[in-house]
Amino acid sequence: MAESNIQTVAPRTEAALNGPRAVPRTHMASAIPARAPQPESPVKVEIKNLGFHYGNYEALKNISLSLYDRRVTAFIGPSGCGKSTLLRVLNRIYALYPGHRATGEVWVDGQNILAPGQDINLLRAKIGMVFQKPTPFPMSIYDNIAFGIGLYEKLPQSEKDDRVEHALRRAALWDEVKDKLRQSGLSLSGGQQQRLCIARAIALEPEVLLLDEPASALDPISTLKIEELIGELKDDYCIVIVTHNMQQAARSADYTAFMYLGELIEFDETETIFTSPNKKQTEDYVTGRFG
Amino acid sequence: MDLYRRRRTRNAVVLTLSFFATALGLFWLCAILWTLLSNGLSAITLDLFTQNTPPPGSKGGLLNAIYGSVLMTAIATAIGTPIGILAGTFLAEYSRGSRIAPVIRFINDILLSAPSIIVGLFVYEVVVLRMGHFSAWAGAMALAIIVVPVVLRTTEDMLRLVPNALREAAAALGTPQWQIVVRICYRAAMQGFVTGVMLAVARVSGETAPLLFTALNNQFWSSNLNAPMANLPVVIFQFAMSPYADWQSLAWGGALLISVVILLLNIAARAATSGKRENQ
Repeated sequence: MAESNIQTVAPRTEAALNGPRAVPRTHMASAIPARAPQPESPVKVEIKNLGFHYGNYEALKNISLSLYDRRVTAFIGPSGCGKSTLLRVLNRIYALYPGHRATGEVWVDGQNILAPGQDINLLRAKIGMVFQKPTPFPMSIYDNIAFGIGLYEKLPQSEKDDRVEHALRRAALWDEVKDKLRQSGLSLSGGQQQRLCIARAIALEPEVLLLDEPASALDPISTLKIEELIGELKDDYCIVIVTHNMQQAARSADYTAFMYLGELIEFDETETIFTSPNKKQTEDYVTGRFG
Repeated sequence: MDLYRRRRTRNAVVLTLSFFATALGLFWLCAILWTLLSNGLSAITLDLFTQNTPPPGSKGGLLNAIYGSVLMTAIATAIGTPIGILAGTFLAEYSRGSRIAPVIRFINDILLSAPSIIVGLFVYEVVVLRMGHFSAWAGAMALAIIVVPVVLRTTEDMLRLVPNALREAAAALGTPQWQIVVRICYRAAMQGFVTGVMLAVARVSGETAPLLFTALNNQFWSSNLNAPMANLPVVIFQFAMSPYADWQSLAWGGALLISVVILLLNIAARAATSGKRENQ
């Protein structure tokens, strides 16, 4: 299923890929089926005793969890279980709103991102995020991608062009938009807009990619494209995906965390969660008995 | 069946009443426009735009008044727009959870509906009395005070229409807040800003009361901002009250001119916002 997208990543973009922050690509990885996690993968994000409050409401209770590099981890659970909240802690996007506060620790590359004095903007540049609804900026397709690149790097035009092209190719969008880069990002279809948002996120060459129900607003074909893209992107990134769709989690994730009422009930390899979970609640949920 | 008939009757009655209410409103609007057109059209000649205001009994135009109005409106817009946009930005983007925001909003609403003559008196007290004479600067300042609340209000409203998802998306790329506001939100709300400024210009270009105490009037051509300056609303006021037929005709011409300009500005503002809705 990932093969069709591999073709869209032309060999000549490989040079651009090996930029300063890019992880060297392991070409073997894409040949390995989605659900065959390799045990040697390092921990990228370590969540320790995380709690979260919206004002007085406790949305997350004592969550501890490890996210592995170059793996896809899915957060599943019924509505209101805190899975999106957990995702929103990882790039501290919640900090935009007063009254939202997190307690505990989240370690990324040896730094506790919840500690005071962290440069939140640098953190967010390192941890990309894609939202449920496509959010193209009101500017051209090209500028949508170049916007984020320009924030932290001053590149000559030709290099910027390469980065934009590379990001669009990685997001499997290049062939559809290469002739209309100057058109508004809003002129694209919903599925294309979402891939534009993914391209925008990976143009910054982040290390972690957070996807908040990235396909729930899309039609089945666009959803399939996004899922193929996830399988493709995990060669380079630590990917976290929040999803309502259990098939999606089963198809695309290496690890799955089941959450319920703000608590992490069970976390394991996706295979285990869906075939032989340890907890009764997990079993009830994945077999569709509730939620 | 009885219930059905009753509803039909009620519907018919209310529909008739609404129709007459609309017709009444439109009738007066048309009557005003018609009076303006029939009296003013004959005064719209080339002289109106090329000659200065005449002494009674001789021919002339409104050139100095048009110049004064355009100049003072332009200065007022240039002063009032940045203040309004910055204050609106503060309310919409930076005041979350602060206590001063509702106070500012409330005061702005009062300012928005305050009688403009009070603004005129205020500037008279503060500027004209201290300078010792009437001046175009004072007139422009009075108009600027009227521009600010209009622009502030539309700016805040338009920024609130920008979906939070867009701000989050920009923040998620590591964009500093000021860049989120300037490069994303302003761009998304740009057409709304333009509309707000156009509405403000339309509003002040017809204001008479704030100019009576500030710019006063000037029978002659003057481009000195430190001296009294002619302007359309006050000239209309003065000429319409006069017993001279020439002056009265010019007043009609000026009134028609202002109405047409305001109408065009409003239509342009409306076209700008509806165009935006189609795009999204």
